[in-house]
Order: sequence, then C-alpha cells, then structure tokens
Amino acid sequence: MALQVLAVDDSRTIREMLTSCLTSAGCEVVVAQDGVEGLERLSGAQPDVVITDINMPRMNGFEFISAVRSGEQNRHVPILVLTTESADDLKHRARSAGATGWIVKPFDELKLISAIRRVAT
Amino acid sequence: MADRNEIRDTFFLECEELLEALDDGLREIDGLISTENQDPETVNAVFRAVHSIKGGAGAFGLEDLVEFAHGFETALDFLRSGKLVANAEMLRVFYRANDRLLDLVGAARDGEILDPAESSDVLAALETMTAEITKDMPSDTPISFEPMSLDFDFEAVVTADAPGDHTNYRIRLTPKTALYIHGNDPAHVIRALRDLGQVRVAIDPTTIPSFKDCTAGQTHITWDMNFETEEPEHVLFEVFDFVESDCVLQIEPVDAAPDAIQLASSAQDLEKEPPAEPVNPDDSAAVSLSLVPPAAKPASSVAAPKRATVRVDLERVDRLINVVGELVINQAMLAQCAENAGITSRDVFATGLEEFKQLSREIQESVMAIRAQPVKSLFQRMARIVREASASTGKSVRLVTEGEATEVDKTVVEKLADPLTHMVRNAVDHGLELTVPRQATGKPETGTVTLSAAHRSGRVIIEISDDGQGIDRDKVRQIAFEKDLIPEGAELTDSEIDNLLFLPGFSTADQVSNLSGRGVGMDVVKSAIHTLGGRVSISSVPGQGSTFTISLPLTLAVLEGMVVDVAGETMVIPLSAILETLRPGHDAVHTLGTGDQVVSIRGTIVPIVDLAAAFGLRSAETYDAARVLLLVETEGNQICALVVDRIFDQRQVVIKGLEDNYGHVAGVVAATILGDGQIALIVDPDTVFENLQPIQIAPERLYASEG
Amino acid sequence: MHLKGDKMVIELSGPQHIQNKEFVAFRTAEQDFCVDIMTIREIRSWTRITSLPHAPAFVLGVINLRGSVVPIVDFSARLGLPALEHEARNVIIIAVINHRIVGLLVESVSDIIGVDPETIQATPDVASDTTRNFVAGIITIGDRLVRQIDLENFIPDTDSRM
Repeated sequence: MALQVLAVDDSRTIREMLTSCLTSAGCEVVVAQDGVEGLERLSGAQPDVVITDINMPRMNGFEFISAVRSGEQNRHVPILVLTTESADDLKHRARSAGATGWIVKPFDELKLISAIRRVAT
Repeated sequence: MADRNEIRDTFFLECEELLEALDDGLREIDGLISTENQDPETVNAVFRAVHSIKGGAGAFGLEDLVEFAHGFETALDFLRSGKLVANAEMLRVFYRANDRLLDLVGAARDGEILDPAESSDVLAALETMTAEITKDMPSDTPISFEPMSLDFDFEAVVTADAPGDHTNYRIRLTPKTALYIHGNDPAHVIRALRDLGQVRVAIDPTTIPSFKDCTAGQTHITWDMNFETEEPEHVLFEVFDFVESDCVLQIEPVDAAPDAIQLASSAQDLEKEPPAEPVNPDDSAAVSLSLVPPAAKPASSVAAPKRATVRVDLERVDRLINVVGELVINQAMLAQCAENAGITSRDVFATGLEEFKQLSREIQESVMAIRAQPVKSLFQRMARIVREASASTGKSVRLVTEGEATEVDKTVVEKLADPLTHMVRNAVDHGLELTVPRQATGKPETGTVTLSAAHRSGRVIIEISDDGQGIDRDKVRQIAFEKDLIPEGAELTDSEIDNLLFLPGFSTADQVSNLSGRGVGMDVVKSAIHTLGGRVSISSVPGQGSTFTISLPLTLAVLEGMVVDVAGETMVIPLSAILETLRPGHDAVHTLGTGDQVVSIRGTIVPIVDLAAAFGLRSAETYDAARVLLLVETEGNQICALVVDRIFDQRQVVIKGLEDNYGHVAGVVAATILGDGQIALIVDPDTVFENLQPIQIAPERLYASEG
Repeated sequence: MHLKGDKMVIELSGPQHIQNKEFVAFRTAEQDFCVDIMTIREIRSWTRITSLPHAPAFVLGVINLRGSVVPIVDFSARLGLPALEHEARNVIIIAVINHRIVGLLVESVSDIIGVDPETIQATPDVASDTTRNFVAGIITIGDRLVRQIDLENFIPDTDSRM
C-alpha cells in the first residue's frame, strides 16, 4: 500500500515540490498550509509520515508537532521537519518538540525519499 | 518528478505574493516606529516572507537570491527576536533590501543576471546593523533543550576511511524513551544500515531487567550490532542523525571479521522487530515545549483564512471572455431578428429573449470579474518609486495610499504602471518643494504624496496628489509661449494653463533631472491612459498642491455607449463622455465668422462639431434642427456639442480593437459589432475635438457631475 | 474557378504538390495576379464594409470576420491601378500578413496554380517603383502572364496606421 504523507508548509512552492516528488515516488500526499490546517487534516486520518515546515503563520511547526504528540490518534507518527539549512538550533528545538527527524532544504527527490524511508514503518 | 517548470512558475507567483506581504509588513512596521511597540505577528510575517523566498530559491538553485535572502532574513530575525528595535534608519535599509529582493526575483525569473554591487551594498548595510549585536553575544547560543548524550569515540573512528575498503563497526545502541516518543524506532536504523551494508543484530539480554522491575513506558533494551560496509563514515553517521540525541550510542571500528564478534544472541528478523514499547503519555519529560491542545490555541494573527483559489492560464480566461463577448453580440442579433420579425414584447419568445439578455450580461460580468485585480500591487510599486525619488531629490516624502483593494482589469493595472510611475515621480520631483521652502511656508517638513483608487459610477478613479507648491501657472504660460505652444498674449483660464502640461514637448524642469527627464512628457502619460480608454485631468491650488485624476473603464472588454447615426454610418459614443443630449431651437445656434457654429446653452457658448464632417463623411453643413446634439466633455474639461443625425439606442457594446489588424484611427477608440453583424466605430470625443480645435474657446465647466 | 453568389466561402486546403509552390491566382483591373497560398486563410464573398475615417484611399474600411475587425484593402488601388467598382460579385481574399489579418478586395479568384519556383522570372528592371515594390516575380502559364505579389511589402507600416 502506498505510503500516506501529510505535508505541512505555508509555501505553495514547497507544497507543490513535495507533492510532485512524493507522488512520483508512489506516495499519497495530503497538504496543509499551516499547523492549524495540519491538525485538521490529521483528525480522523492516520498518515504514515508527516512532513512539516517550522516557520508558518497561525501555528508554527514546533507548536504543531507538540500538538500532534500530545494528541491521541497520531502521537507516534514519524514527523520530519523541513529546515532551510542544517541549523542545529532548529533541529534541536524541533527534536525537543517531538520531531522524528529532519529534511534539509533544498531537498531533492532522493534525499526526501531516503529521509522518509528512515522513519516510515 | 512532475513538471518542474510548473513548480517554478508557482514559485515566482508565490514570490509576488510574498513580496507584497513583505512590503505591507515593512510599511506596518514603519508606521509603528514611533510607538516602539511592534506587532510580533507582523514582524514574523515579514521574516517568513523572506524566509519562504529563500527556501524556494534554494530549491531552484538560485544562488544569488538565496544568498541575499539569507542576509536579509538574518537581520529580520534579529528584529523578530527583539535583539534589534525598529527605527527609521533600519527601515530605510529594509526597504532598500526589499527593493533589491524584488529585482533579484525578477532577474531570476527572467534569467537575467544583475550587477552584484547593489546586493553587496545592501548586505553590508544589513550586516552593519546586526554586527553590533553579534559581537556582544556569546559565540555559543544557549539552547534550551536536553543535553546531547552522545558517546562517540571520535578519535577512534576518524582514522578508518579508505574508499572501497570494507570496514567493520561495532555499534551499541541503547534507546531512551524519548526515541519512541519522537516517532523513531531502532528498526528504522537497522533497516537503514542494511541498505548500506551487512548488519547483524542482537539484543543484549543482560540489560533487560526482570519483569517485575519493568516500568510501563520505559525502554530497557540495548541493541548490539555488527556492521560491515564500504560506505564512508559520514554516511554511517547520517543514519543515526535522527536518533543520536535520544539514545546512548557507541560506534567503533573493529579490525576483526564480523564472525569473530560474539553476539549474545542470534540475529533476528528485522521486519518484525522490535515492537514499539508502550509510552506513558504523562511521561513527557523529554518534551520541553509546553503542550497546548490545538483547540485552546487561538490563532495568533487575525488574518482571515485564505479563500480557496484556482490558478488559471490567462489565455483561457481571455478565450472565455471573447466567447462570452460573441454570446452577447449574438444575443443582440437575436433580439434584432425578433424585432424585425415583429415580435412584440408581450410574446413569450420576447420574454425568453429578455431573460437570455439578462443571463448573458450576468455571465459577461462574472467573466470580467475573473480578470479584475486589486490596484494594490501597482500602488506598492509606486511606494518604491517614491522612495527612489525621495532619495535622489533629498526631499522627505511620505506616501499615503487609499483604496488599495479597488479592483480593475488586469491589463489596466499592468499598463498603468508606466504612466503612474511618471506621475508619481513628477509629484516628488516637481510637485513637492524642498524642505527649506516648505518650512518657510509653515508646512510639515515631510511632503505627502497620496495615491487613491475608488470606483465611481462604473469607472475607476485614480488620483495622485501632492501637498506641494501647486502649478506655477506664470511659468507654465511662459514656457508654452517660448515653445510656440500658445500665441503671445493668449487669454487662458487656469484650467487651460494647467492642461498645457499635457501638450507634447512640454517640460517645466529648470534642468532635466535624472528623475523626470527620462524622455517622457505628460503627453505620453496622457496618450498611454487614453489607449486604456481613460482620461486624465489636473487640478491645482497654488501653495497647496496638485491633483492628477485618472478615470478609467472597469474593463477593456465592454463599454456603455449611445448608438447613433452619423451620415448613414452607425457609430457608438461612450456614455461616459456624454453630459446631455439636446435638440436646440434655431435661435440658440449661432454662426461665427467663417461658418463655425456655436450653440448657446443656459448662457454658455459651446462650439458645435459635425461628426460626419469631422470623419469626412460629408462636407460641413450648417446645423439642421432635425439632428441631435450630444454635449460631451473632453479631458481638459472642455465642452463641445457633437452633431449626430439620430440616436438609435443606448446599450453595452463589446469592444473590438482596431489595433490588432489595422492601427490607431484618430477620433476612434475602437470598434464594436452590432446586432446585424456590422461593425460600428466607437467615437473618441477627445480626439475628434482635438483634431479640429487646437486651442478652444474654453467655457468653464458647465456641470459639476458627469453624465 | 470563379466565385460568385452571396454566401460562398471557400476554405483552402494545404499544398498538394511537394516540389511545386502553390499560389492563389486572381484577377483584378484586367490583370492576373497571384499570392503564396500559405499566406491565404480563406476567400469570402463580398460583404458590407464599414468605412474608416482618415484612412488612405486604398483602405476601404473594416469588416467583421467571426468577431475580429479586419481591414479591407482595394487591391487595385493599392497598386495604383483604378479602384474596383464595388459589386456583389467581387471577392475578398483573407490573408495573414505579419500576424495581421487583412482582406484584399479583388474582382475574382481564378484558380490555384502549382509552380516550380525555379521557373518564376524576376521582375524586369523597366518596371515602375510601385510594380517593383509589390511584384516579386512573373509566372507564365501558356500565354497567361501572372504577377506574383509579395504581400510582405503590401501593407506598409506594420506598427501603426497604414
């Protein structure tokens, strides 16, 4: 069965890139443009992996991850954080919030898939 | 991967929005400087805009853009974190960076390369801003998260790294509970290792406590692995990237063959192993951020959720508009057929036709609305022009915008950019005084240029006004005379003098400044607006400032017009130009000297223009009371009476350009197709009038309101 | 082939002979002319023309061609020959010149001729300026002499008014 991925990013460009990459790798992709929408998408769904940006309006990535981890349904879902550069600061904050791993932007298809492979069951 | 070009298009489209948000945000921050109390969400939005541009640019390898955005973002981050406090000087740099970012995005989109000098200058300015802060900061930013429990033996591993060589590692991994909380799993690590080489795994049974000592939600298993790979070391470390802070990890290269290492138990089936251990939800020690349930978290900004949009190729929209235009013409043809066939309005067929007409109109309006765009982006571009003009003239200028949400046809917005740029530059360059004379007259030191847009009676009115010195009419007159534009001693009203500015070859600048003196005069501005079916007028009060008013049609596709008969030719006169229709008695019409006629309307003398003669359809005839006069107002607030033979109808007509296959025709704005399939020309009262009368006897405005 | 009648519209198909270049031959002012078939979009019967003010004498006006406003040029007048007497049997050749659609009013369309480009003769030097400007070459078919017109030069200024 195809891996189901929820991609949360406020940038339409990145959302389209993620969708394009992941779809061509055979994943099913659902997108959301911020944390609030991400949580909406998660309610009633159980994706295999969640990918989220950090800097987003309304609810940022840290808040989003914390909310997912404190919920019931998807608290164990692997969450990958998109960071622009390998900023350790961000990685660790994301980790503290409950992120599983990260993807450093700019990403290519291989990088993305390998990151997902490393967390998806 | 799907179409990369499409995503690239999305990126640039998104950049436009982000740049708009950036500009908005900067202006908002600018407005709050004096209060020293910035809205964090605004600052965040500004930061995010630049950050997102950087992110997308990185994806497309636009290095210049990434580098610049990074520098800009860094400075904005300081503002966001409160390490910097916004001030006027900082905002100037930010605006400059904003402008540069806009240029870089444009250049990236068009595949151009910009001179890097400006980027370096701006980056240097941004750096200067942050350098003060950074030097006082400890080099290690304190980070508030759990300490890393890495147990690498770096000394040991650095040595073994020859490509192609098989290296054996002994890996011991003891997960902490957080590892599972974070959605990781040793199985993932093992699987990743298996992708890189040979791995054998065993659980160290000595680390497992007896059942009674097990705690729910705690992890007790330690994994021993033997790993053989050709991959370089850093690839191996990458595998542990995600888990290293959530486990105790030992990696050491071993010389011995894998077999030599005694594993405590045999290798296990990796796919089914290990089961995720139960985690107590209250055991949230590893989560340092406070956990707020989503429902309790109010949206931090009041921004309304974005309405769903669909992106459509403009060509498709235009095709639709064209077809709907045909539909409207077709409907008119049908209506005419019905009329010719003697069908009365009581007939069911006529009722149906009337409904069809309403529906066609509705479809047309809805389709036009697709092309409508707020003038905001246009106004934002003007903000930049004002900044540049202000910098180069040394005048302190504030731009006030009103009615940014007013929507106009996309083409109008695009084509208005050049004329508006020129007028805004003019307002700063010529309109506003220098600081000293301003102070002398008791005006605020900072001059104000106001840009406003509004819908008024089916048209869009855009005003550019300044609170400067107003038009120096004596000087304008003098120049016009020197340039042979008016005869000596010509008696001109104030409004006529003001309108001299629109004559070709007029420039009031004492010396051609590098701003306005770009080879364009107000005549070019006027004709540019004219081709959009618009008009521009000017009003000025000495010492108080000038206002340029542009009146534009909402759409370039349809026009409300009066269908008339001109010597057997059917023509359309735009309703927006018509003040009144009248059929005066003979005693109101007077002949002046050589046969020019005027009509006296409520005490004012108005020249009569025979449209048929103006278009060469017949030689000028004296006014015949059987004909009708259309009182029209031209751009310069001048009024004249156009003679037509008959008025047929008043209706909305679809505009068909003559330019595509032919060219511009004096006195004609465009053409339309009538119900019978024939083409009718749409008259341009302004140019008809101009061609006949270079300088007219100008009555003051007769009426305050437009017809 | 002569076109007569009110509603006759003939859509022309593409070239049928590979080596030969095809031309649409027509007659006006008692002379034979032809133009490259690739520049011709269709041939229409006479229709009422809306005149344009301030236009050169050879521009008769504009017609509605399925929603487009298309200018009509009197072919003879453009060449400096006597203008055509407007009659219902005249035809309009719709051509595309430099991305613009233009109608040429001519007396009648004769036929489509296939010509080996090698056999087209150059316009003799004796010809007047007007002739040399428009007549790109001469094709002889039996005793018929057909002037090949280059439409590129036919419409003077491509940017503004004619």
